[in-house]
Amino acid sequence: MTDQTPALRLEGIVKTFPGVRALDDVSFAVLPGEVHALMGENGAGKSTLMKVLGGIHQPDTGQIFIAEQPTVMTSPLQAKAQGVVFIHQELSLADELSVAENIFLGELPRKSLGRVDWQALYDTTDAILKTLNVGFDARTRVGDLSIANQQMVEIARALTVDPRAVIFDEPTASLTDAEKVVLFDVIADLKGRGVGIIYISHRMEEIFKITDRISVLRDGQYRGTLETAQTDEDEVTQLMIGRSLDLSRNASHHEMGDVAIEVRDLSCGKLYQDVSFSVRRGEVVGFYGLVGAGRTEIAETIFGLRNPSAGSILLDGQEVRINSPVEAIRHGISLVPEDRKGQGLVLSMNCRDNMTLPQVDDLTAGPFVSDGAEVAIFDQYRDKLDIRTPGWRQLVGNLSGGNQQKIVIGKWLSMHPSVLIVDEPTRGIDVGSKSEIHNLIRGLAAQGYAVIVISSEMPEVLHVSDRIVAMYHGRVMREFTSEEVSEDSLIQAISGIESDQVA
Amino acid sequence: MAQLTRKDLTGFLARQGILVAFALFMIGFALANQRFLDVDNVFGVIRSSAILGIMALGVTFVVIGGNLDLSVGSMMSFSTIVVLDLHDKLGPTLAIPAMFALTMGLGAFIGFLVGYLKLNSLIVTLGMLSAIHGLTLTWSGGKNMDIADKEGTWFSVFGQGSVAGIPVPILMFAGLAVVLSLLLTKTPFGRKVYAVGGNGTAATFSGVPRARVVFQTYLISSFCVAMAGLMQASRSLGSQNTVGQGMELEVLAAVILGGASLLGGSGTIFKTVIGVLILGFIQNGLLLVGLEFYVQYVVTWVIIILAVWLDIAAKRGRLWSPIA
Repeated sequence: MTDQTPALRLEGIVKTFPGVRALDDVSFAVLPGEVHALMGENGAGKSTLMKVLGGIHQPDTGQIFIAEQPTVMTSPLQAKAQGVVFIHQELSLADELSVAENIFLGELPRKSLGRVDWQALYDTTDAILKTLNVGFDARTRVGDLSIANQQMVEIARALTVDPRAVIFDEPTASLTDAEKVVLFDVIADLKGRGVGIIYISHRMEEIFKITDRISVLRDGQYRGTLETAQTDEDEVTQLMIGRSLDLSRNASHHEMGDVAIEVRDLSCGKLYQDVSFSVRRGEVVGFYGLVGAGRTEIAETIFGLRNPSAGSILLDGQEVRINSPVEAIRHGISLVPEDRKGQGLVLSMNCRDNMTLPQVDDLTAGPFVSDGAEVAIFDQYRDKLDIRTPGWRQLVGNLSGGNQQKIVIGKWLSMHPSVLIVDEPTRGIDVGSKSEIHNLIRGLAAQGYAVIVISSEMPEVLHVSDRIVAMYHGRVMREFTSEEVSEDSLIQAISGIESDQVA
Repeated sequence: MAQLTRKDLTGFLARQGILVAFALFMIGFALANQRFLDVDNVFGVIRSSAILGIMALGVTFVVIGGNLDLSVGSMMSFSTIVVLDLHDKLGPTLAIPAMFALTMGLGAFIGFLVGYLKLNSLIVTLGMLSAIHGLTLTWSGGKNMDIADKEGTWFSVFGQGSVAGIPVPILMFAGLAVVLSLLLTKTPFGRKVYAVGGNGTAATFSGVPRARVVFQTYLISSFCVAMAGLMQASRSLGSQNTVGQGMELEVLAAVILGGASLLGGSGTIFKTVIGVLILGFIQNGLLLVGLEFYVQYVVTWVIIILAVWLDIAAKRGRLWSPIA
């Protein structure tokens, strides 16, 4: 790497959303021919930063420079015209079209009378594919390609312009090890051509293998840039998590009860394999891992939304088969789902009706729903959870995120479950409500509930859990007690690094 | 006395826009023709709207549950033809329950396809519109169906009778509206219909058996169609195979006029009744004003679209918006 003009430079980028400072004065630069890792926890601001770069969001203040020319990004298409190209985690290809058509979608070469110049199209495409060394040609139907090869098509699409900077967003999320090697070759090739590369990933192993420098974001703030060769995983982790966190461990001091739920060698196709764990009454077990590690899918299986392909679930020592949420609820299992608005609430219904929905059949007087019984339940949990709403008639869609989440939690607490699963309990919730919900979860354990908390936020997992199950790629990597867990070992476990120093 | 601000007024219009539109139509027609508000005329309109109205009550459940039912028109033809045919073969006492069973069997089939197999309701009910029409023609051999002894049957009571001066169709429409309104707003089942239509995924995550609820909405819809067919058959004691043709769209128009969202999760029986009456009074008003019958089709639909537009505009607080 030489001292040159940066391919891409961000200066003082600030972006606020109502109630959140998503990006707070972020500056960093990518040099030509450099692979620059961008790291940070979920919610640290990486996605927002990329959206600013792609022109989807406009920064409140700050400036983007391409080759030191101040540039305003208005759309991903315009960013591409400026030489800034994105390779997204989620592919956006048309399955039914050929590789060539996908690559040149919207800009197919033309002959007279607007006819497509197929020959030119296929020739140009094959030329690009040749530089990528892939085993398919321009005429292949995209739907017939593997995910890895589809990603190559995305990359080929990026190469139709002469890119200055290419942004890879979690590119290896769905690749096999062999496919990764091919991807890394392509990245090395781009690097050799003097392209600046931003590489977003959680996987330490890859980061240390292919990047030159590492920039870290935390809570929307830029935390510094490290030379990859002169740092280690611990330093990066520290920068990502910060020292300012209250990492007070909350191991329960009360007596634990019997095992409420035990899962033995549970598998669900490719989603997760051989998962075993147990939760006692009065215990909070945290599930930590990257998005896509299989945690939510395990919860959905226990709640009867998915059928396991192998393994068993035991409640109070008895093996049970759970085929639907109705059965799960009958067995005393409750799930506060991760997508509050999509899965947790009917936004067009009022607060009370949302809260009583799972038990509305039991709240009847004669054939009709008993207004009094419903309002009594609502009032009880409004007070207990301190839900702030003008009244039960309020449409739940009008409440703040924190209060909405409390409605969902209240909905399930009022069912008096024996096992409570909470998936991403504080996603998109303001800081104040966050700690309220954390305290609530601790309080539930103290009352003797068996609680499973799934979270992608390390401080949260550390704060609420008595034990932590670390998952990577559908497998349980390690189980920690709250005394023995360290942030480093946790981050290593969820990044797929086998730990050899077991305490 | 509280000040009536502009905001209050827009708020009122947004919530009750359809009632306001209804009042305006009524006033307009009443000014144009003296006879419009005569008791006889009003009763006449409600009575002739009753068949459409009862079908709309059932479709309201389907729409709130997040689906469509375009099969009700041809299903109504089916139940009419079937009950007329069986009347002479089995006698009215057996013909009526037999017809209800057959019609609700069709409803159950649709409910199975849409609810349990999760097929798109537009496609399923559009297909059933055609298929049931074919079924009706097969049953009747393509001929009109008539009761042999039109004078000597008590069967005419559902369409032609009256109690205390009120025509039976009106009583049945009103009675069914009250019962179904209670079912929708006061029972656990009704709550689940709103939940499934409002957010089917969240309903599933709350332990609501979504497939069964959707199935039941189609069962209710077919029950209402059977009622409508009974009244239609009883009113004329004879019928063509195509008696319900095109009614699916009028029914849907009435439900949407009433303010139920095509996306599901909102609407009420009361609003649907208003929608039905608007539709009936528009058609009647145009007739009294002396508009040619064929032109009425066009004008009716223009007025419906205007009403729906005004309703949406009132909710948005402006006549046009770049986003929906």
